[in-house]
Amino acid sequence: MTTTQAPAPPERPAADAPEVRRTPARKRLVPYWLLLPGILWLLVFFAAPLVYQASTSLQTGSLEEGFKVTWHLATYWDALAEYWPQFVRSVAYAAVATVLCLALGYPLAYLIAFKAGRWRNLVMILVIAPFFTSFLIRTLAWKTILADGGPVVGALNSFHVLDVTSALGITEGHRVLATPLAVVCGLTYNFLPFMVLPLYTSLERIDPRLHEAAGDLYARPATTFRRVTFPLSLPGVVAGTLLTFIPAAGDYINAELLGSTDQKMIGNVIQSQFLRVLDYPTAAALSFILMAAILAMVTLYIRKSGTEDLV
Amino acid sequence: MPGHETTSATAVRPPNRAVRWLRRNIVTIAGLGTLGYLILPNLVVMVFSFNKPNGRFNYQWTRFSTDAWTDPCGVADMCGSLGLSLEIAVWATVGATVLGTMIAFALARYRFRARSGVNTLIFLPMAMPEVVMAASLATLFLNMGIQFGFWTILIAHVMFCLSFVVTAVKARVMSMDPRLEQAAQDLYATPVQTFLRVTLPIAAPGIAAGALLSFALSFDDFIITNFNAGSTVTFPMFVWGSAQRGTPVQINVIGTAMFLVAVLCVFVGRTAGKKRRQRS
Repeated sequence: MTTTQAPAPPERPAADAPEVRRTPARKRLVPYWLLLPGILWLLVFFAAPLVYQASTSLQTGSLEEGFKVTWHLATYWDALAEYWPQFVRSVAYAAVATVLCLALGYPLAYLIAFKAGRWRNLVMILVIAPFFTSFLIRTLAWKTILADGGPVVGALNSFHVLDVTSALGITEGHRVLATPLAVVCGLTYNFLPFMVLPLYTSLERIDPRLHEAAGDLYARPATTFRRVTFPLSLPGVVAGTLLTFIPAAGDYINAELLGSTDQKMIGNVIQSQFLRVLDYPTAAALSFILMAAILAMVTLYIRKSGTEDLV
Repeated sequence: MPGHETTSATAVRPPNRAVRWLRRNIVTIAGLGTLGYLILPNLVVMVFSFNKPNGRFNYQWTRFSTDAWTDPCGVADMCGSLGLSLEIAVWATVGATVLGTMIAFALARYRFRARSGVNTLIFLPMAMPEVVMAASLATLFLNMGIQFGFWTILIAHVMFCLSFVVTAVKARVMSMDPRLEQAAQDLYATPVQTFLRVTLPIAAPGIAAGALLSFALSFDDFIITNFNAGSTVTFPMFVWGSAQRGTPVQINVIGTAMFLVAVLCVFVGRTAGKKRRQRS
């Protein structure tokens, strides 16, 4: 995703760069001085910790006798062997939530881009505002909405929806809380704005005259969408799916607040290994596996979707 | 498909008005449905801020009361954690905005050798699950023997807000016409004058957007704070703890107030921006 910049010839200043004249050495150092503090911050508090964590994952020992690097690669194997269900679950929940976000978010983004008219500002605010209200409070609100005696569960029960979903294994018995459905619902809700905003950005760039042209060529609305609108919105689709999938796969708040022990995701495991069990090597190995898996999937996805000029 | 209608001649009866209306407005209906899904929890939080629960948990409607609104700080430690979160968010915003704006200018205005490396370093924190960053930074602090608390939270927040500021400011500076600055120089403005009177005002909306985003991200962050706070309790951590111990109604009051303030801020910001655009 760093392929966006045209690779400038390294030694010669590019022709369109603002400083065309030969500048004195003092001035040529300006960008480096601008970068220094921020990049140093990221190197020390983002990159170095990752390296540190790599070494931690190879340590053995305990909190009492201290940890030592022993190149104990078996930690990775043990962690995978023990927690692969949580890994699979994280990827599955995040994938389903991402697809749901796309299905729910697309009409909303379309509505804002093409149909909202003078209401556009208001709808936009209603999409952004939840960003500024507490994530946790809103997630807790889902406990109220999906409560066992509540109207939502009541309605689903009276239409026998929960019988079907329970048979499919998405819910259990006649309740929604503490089931996969509740966790996926929370994930979908929490990351929906991350889907809507990039979709809106790429839809808004589409020239409405393209729609008229498609109509003039006797394309029906569905065909116009399939052949014109959707392909042009692909950069937004790719950006949106990444922005929802990555945080959803690492999230542990929804699984903790809306699920039960049967819905634990990998984030929950890392959190409890690190903060409760204090088994730092396992926690480090687990987060490394998660990071590697996500990087691999993202790279593959971007290669497949072919939109390299993304970020 | 001109031949379509004649081939399915048996079903050619035109659809009635309701069906046609539905067909025409299906996207709008679906979009509004999604909007409802997004707003629903906020409404629930609002309604339940007027509840008087029986037990420790405010998950079931019992009866109407304005007690929580008249006594918003009536819960031990809650307003303290709120104040701490605000303080951290302000400083994290200042730090991330200053550092991020500098990086954004360097990236947008200069060509230098480490450019693609810097771009990768900026992008990675946004593409990494929070829990990975949180655990690795906490590992570093642990091994360095650094005491967890206010400073470790602040360091972590500046770290993850930085990339968002860079992205927001860079987008704005990149789309700016370089001829404006050349014009200023032609009119004998010094580099400092050019920067303060031309460049900075044009970049300001990007900087403001980055700062606003940092504030929201920092104020609301739970995962990274949870790993790097030690025994310090920010507002999201207070809410997290209360989900286990019992949720006071005042949490809903704060949630509602935040929502209203946010709507107001965004609304004022957008209308002001539109006015300015119309004037120029």
